[in-house]
Amino acid sequence: MSERKDLQIIASLVPAGSRVLDLGCGNGELLAWLQQHKGCSGYGIELADHNVHACVQRGVDVIQLNLDEGLALFDDRSFDVVLQLDTLQHLRNTENMLRETARVGRIGVISFPNFAHWPNRLRVLAGRMPVTKALPYQWYDTPNIRVGTLADFEVLARKCGLQVTDSFGLQGGDAVRFWPNLLASVAVFKFEQV
Amino acid sequence: MTALGQVTPQLMHFSDALPLKSGAVLPAYALMVETYGTLNADKSNAVLVCHALNASHHVAGRHADGVEGWWDNLVGPGKPLDTEKFFVIGVNNLGSCFGSSGPTHLNPDNGCVWGADFPVVTVEDWVEAQARLVHRLGIQQLAAVIGGSLGGMQALAWSLQYPQRLRHCVAVATAPSLSAQNIAFNEVARRAIVTDPDFHGGHYIAHGTVPKRGLRVARMLGHITYLSDDAMEARFGRSLRAEALAYSTQDIEFQIEGYLRHQSDKFSEYFDANTYLLITRALDYFDPAAAYGGSLTQAFAQASAVRFVIISFTTDWRFAPERSREIVKALVDNRIRVSYAEIEAPHGHDAFLLDDARYHAVMRATFDQMAEELTHPPAPAKPNEGAHV
Repeated sequence: MSERKDLQIIASLVPAGSRVLDLGCGNGELLAWLQQHKGCSGYGIELADHNVHACVQRGVDVIQLNLDEGLALFDDRSFDVVLQLDTLQHLRNTENMLRETARVGRIGVISFPNFAHWPNRLRVLAGRMPVTKALPYQWYDTPNIRVGTLADFEVLARKCGLQVTDSFGLQGGDAVRFWPNLLASVAVFKFEQV
Repeated sequence: MTALGQVTPQLMHFSDALPLKSGAVLPAYALMVETYGTLNADKSNAVLVCHALNASHHVAGRHADGVEGWWDNLVGPGKPLDTEKFFVIGVNNLGSCFGSSGPTHLNPDNGCVWGADFPVVTVEDWVEAQARLVHRLGIQQLAAVIGGSLGGMQALAWSLQYPQRLRHCVAVATAPSLSAQNIAFNEVARRAIVTDPDFHGGHYIAHGTVPKRGLRVARMLGHITYLSDDAMEARFGRSLRAEALAYSTQDIEFQIEGYLRHQSDKFSEYFDANTYLLITRALDYFDPAAAYGGSLTQAFAQASAVRFVIISFTTDWRFAPERSREIVKALVDNRIRVSYAEIEAPHGHDAFLLDDARYHAVMRATFDQMAEELTHPPAPAKPNEGAHV
């Protein structure tokens, strides 16, 4: 994971020794790193078969589940940290998932592609939907069925009663804290439930 | 990598009485056992395979008569459960009819065939007998116990009865207990057998008969429940045996009828009726939550050191994914390490016996990881070490 500076930044938001639930954990890379280097424990949730195999292969505990069905498997506040990285935009029931994230975890960390990043704005101004590194799909075949911005998420977080304790952007592996809604392709939020 | 080739089972005798859950005692007994691969020097690479209703100790390889093991697609050199890395044990359960002590054997007390008098055995009793076998083989702790369906129940029971004696529990297409519908299917099967005029109260061997008609109907019913509607439709549909309908109420018209009759005829030739009754009852009785006021979470509290892999199949309606999720929930509630795969497979319950690519990929990853642990035992995690973030 050492080359993935963005994951390093996310990992720094997770306190050592945390019990972590990683929603949409992919191949388990981040969880494995958190287990090995920060003494964390917990589970990943994945839907895709090849990712489930990859997790099992590297010894990361993974539960195959469609997140759109909610998190009924998990009790309230049963995790210190719930990660939802690059996942939110694929879910039909975004608001419910956000509330579920807050329900099962003390701290939530969320990242998603920021639609208000300036190249996206230019592209829309030019009359076309953006196709970029963070949003690499055509409008008709994108799995990103929910596109939003840093500013949009703040509104939803307030509506869900979440207290945002940190928010910033990610661009080229670096944290962006100055005008992130304009200058970052990825939005990151850390929140705790009030 | 060579195939397992011909394998030979061995009968192992146990002279210590086995107290059963029912309160009865089995004074002495024998277990038919088959092993594959080599036990390593520290005896840490043993995997016990538990069988379901009509299977046996013959898990892999071929017997002298050419019969292939029931999980040969999973177990063998280079296969997902690789016998070049693991020492694999197959054992026929007590009460079965493939060599271990059961109703077709003689009751040592009176020299007569046990028949219906063979004591009722439970999943927990089987685990007890298996634990003694494992002890006999000099194995302190199994790398894993694995099983599908009723075999999965045994794997789960191991984690509850002897949590210190296994590191991994792999339970496939199973459930924490049977539902009312499942018990109902079993009861229909049992009634078919018991009401066969050749059954003679279970003492048919003494009467020189075999309740084949009952066994056939029981097997037909079971077979239907092991397949999905779609799988049966795809394979048989409404295709006819002859070119046109014969308008007969008793002859075979549809291919599915011929298939079920053929399969059940074969089954009735080799399977023992009392064994069918005993094993379906063991299924019915399994309910580890019962001793904890119905709380599966409390039942699994003692299995905290075991790592679990739970696998279900989307079209399995006899042991549906929802039932596997109950197990996963109980484990998660206890913060026990578990991975769960829900395999999209069209075959229904029987999928656990087939070599579906996605299923076997999870199995391979599971045992590869276990093999890795054998050579590089995981070091305890050290908080903060190497954290440059």
